[in-house]
Amino acid sequence: MATKSNTKNLLRQNAIWLVFLIEVVFFGIFSNGTFVTTNNITNIFRQVSYYGIASVGMTFVILIAGIDLSIGSIITLVNMVCAYMMVNMKCHWTIAVLCVLIMGTVIGLLNGLMVAKIGIPALIATFASQTVFEGLAYILTSGMPISGFNKVYPEFNFFARWTLDLPFISIPWGAIIMIACLAIGSFILNRSYFGRYFYAIGGNEEAAELSGILVDKMKILIYSLSGFFAALAGIVMLSRTGSAQATVGKGKEFDVITCVVLGGVSVNGGVGRISGVVAGVLIIGCLTNGLILMNVSEYIQMVVKGLVLAAAVGLDCMSNRGKSN
Amino acid sequence: MSEDFVLELEHIRKEYPGVVALKDVTLQLRRGEVLGLIGENGAGKSTLIKCCSGAVVPTSGKIKINGKTFDRMTPQLAAENGIAIIYQEFNNVKELSAAENMFLGHPIRKGITIDKKAMEAEAAKAFEHLRIKINPRELVKNLSVGYQQMIEIAKAVQQNAQVLIMDEPSAPLTNNEVEAMFDVVELLRKKGVSIIYISHRLEEIFRLSDRIEVIRDGEYVDTLITPQATVDQLIRMMVGREMTQKYPERKPCIDESKVVLELKNVNGNGDKNMSLKIHAGEVLGLGGLVGAGRTELAQVIFGSHPKESGQIFLNGKEINPRSPREAIDLGIALVPEDRKRHGALLGVSIKNNINMPTYDRISKWSVINQKVERQRAEKYREEIQIKCPSINQQVKNLSGGNQQKVILGKWLAADSQLIIFDEPTRGIDVGAKYEIYKLINDLVEQGRAVLMISSEMEELIGMSDRIIVLAEHEMTGELKKEEFNADTIMTMASAIVDQAAEKGVS
Repeated sequence: MATKSNTKNLLRQNAIWLVFLIEVVFFGIFSNGTFVTTNNITNIFRQVSYYGIASVGMTFVILIAGIDLSIGSIITLVNMVCAYMMVNMKCHWTIAVLCVLIMGTVIGLLNGLMVAKIGIPALIATFASQTVFEGLAYILTSGMPISGFNKVYPEFNFFARWTLDLPFISIPWGAIIMIACLAIGSFILNRSYFGRYFYAIGGNEEAAELSGILVDKMKILIYSLSGFFAALAGIVMLSRTGSAQATVGKGKEFDVITCVVLGGVSVNGGVGRISGVVAGVLIIGCLTNGLILMNVSEYIQMVVKGLVLAAAVGLDCMSNRGKSN
Repeated sequence: MSEDFVLELEHIRKEYPGVVALKDVTLQLRRGEVLGLIGENGAGKSTLIKCCSGAVVPTSGKIKINGKTFDRMTPQLAAENGIAIIYQEFNNVKELSAAENMFLGHPIRKGITIDKKAMEAEAAKAFEHLRIKINPRELVKNLSVGYQQMIEIAKAVQQNAQVLIMDEPSAPLTNNEVEAMFDVVELLRKKGVSIIYISHRLEEIFRLSDRIEVIRDGEYVDTLITPQATVDQLIRMMVGREMTQKYPERKPCIDESKVVLELKNVNGNGDKNMSLKIHAGEVLGLGGLVGAGRTELAQVIFGSHPKESGQIFLNGKEINPRSPREAIDLGIALVPEDRKRHGALLGVSIKNNINMPTYDRISKWSVINQKVERQRAEKYREEIQIKCPSINQQVKNLSGGNQQKVILGKWLAADSQLIIFDEPTRGIDVGAKYEIYKLINDLVEQGRAVLMISSEMEELIGMSDRIIVLAEHEMTGELKKEEFNADTIMTMASAIVDQAAEKGVS
């Protein structure tokens, strides 16, 4: 009896990894040998790195039962401003990178102030800033793409194009940045008191406040971090595409939310781990990549992603319902 | 078939992974009787009634209703067989009228539209039947808790409930509302409805019930005929040991020379002109009616609603806490009234709850020293005897008394000098109450100061060294230990209320 429920628990906790495994096997069989190649694995790493990075911040936000819809437009704005600074203003790439990281953090800070100090619901506050900053990105560049910065500063290719070459496989530096971000996120959640505070706030804000947690400050910190990680994601993306376009971040917040929620972070707050989010990122990354390899159209990809999200969350809800009885 | 039982539970067993919540519990309910069901928190009362409602499926055992045997109930089966439950939290929709709430889920229809008039007429009839005065058209949000409960009862009766299970029905009610609820229970009994009445308040059980069933630790203990039972006997059965004293003895420990907290003309959060002193080693009781401004005063001292004017001194130094964080760092703690909403972090482990206010003290560069974290939790688990399989367990799985201990544990870990208890034993069973009282004694014997808000007169008198009474957000009296008297306290508690009533202001 005990071992049976143990295996059941083990299965439930690792269901997400099982889904990932099934997915890999599926594409392995049906992609005519194009999926499991060292080249493609490097490619997948490159593709997932930007939303893996952004999902760290989003995990924190969703853990406190919030949401951040602005990260798509932060990514866009970061792309445009960073490229603009390097090409039009002739800034050194390090200064451009530093500036946009600060900019993303400040946008996050503004979100946090709106949510914590004014009391605007997170959905509305971050939706408002999404609209504002997307508009600003267009205004700044009149919607024209900016490119050529990687010719001036080849070092900028570091973020996505350069790879760390190991004996069997090459890993893009962007993916290494992603792994570092996820590790830092996991460290914050498990080993620092900020993590304890985040879970407490997500579980019960009032009780958290009465336990001495400065809830408003934590919220502002979390939204700022979300902005920071989004900006970093934007930089990696710009390095990968080599050209800044005003539509580049559109809808990306939903990809990131999908990864996080798929990874078992509860939208009700208070529940979730980075390890789950890693699986969520990999599932969505492989799904996108595999479907492209199989020449599935972009619209069908959308349908599949939506279904995967509903199924994953649905399974989670059903197993929770089973537990409470 | 010697006796006429409406509901019989036979050998009910319920297992959860790792825990047996009920082992072999039997219950027999006669037609037209009130059966009091008592037991400590965590004894399995709620699980047992959830078996009757279909919310919980028993692992084994039989449920017999009017002689028909079932292995399990479903909410629908329960309703069809005339079983209704009045929970502590009501299933009502605040924005709908009393009548609409009565017919929630099965409205009277006229064609495809809802027949409001017919529902209101039916509701009025049902209310009259129970002799309760509610306007069926009144929105539920405008009704007091007592009336909301009446609607739930009327709804059950209207649906031909033969068995009414009431889970702590008096807990949210004022004294007058409790009386009205008793009248309804009596009336239903006369009409042949059988009632299972669950309550912590033994005096209610004695007043209402015909028989009393006691369960302890998920096991059936005994069923007594009410006139033959005594309070001591019941308490003994519930806690499984002799309980001669309700309030544990306290060594005299008041240090008059050391004033821990002093308020001088403090205004704020609705309270006016509060002045008081609490000494080291003293329990200052704060009496008064619900809404007199006691909780509000606690919030001012704890910084969650900072004061507007006046002065607060802690150990002789003026302070002005503007957030719970500041108050905690100064050594002030609050054990709030609503444990589940404000006190414990239910989804978080015992270990994290205990360390939550003081993580900054056991961390370096924000990284927690996990060894110290664990040691501290183990220390307080042992010191105040929190009953749990492990400190990694979530607090929501603990009984009320143990949740309260976890909250206290976190304030001990924070080394608080002044601990404010807001209704320290609300919803906690007799045995655990005694333990909480002992812990309060330990606190003052260690030289800490305690401010205790209580609406239970007996507790207020039994535990306090001094009592200050509030009414209408003002202080109306102060009593020394030798002056304690329930009548005096009640008079002080309603002092200004009466004046206002005379002036025609309510």
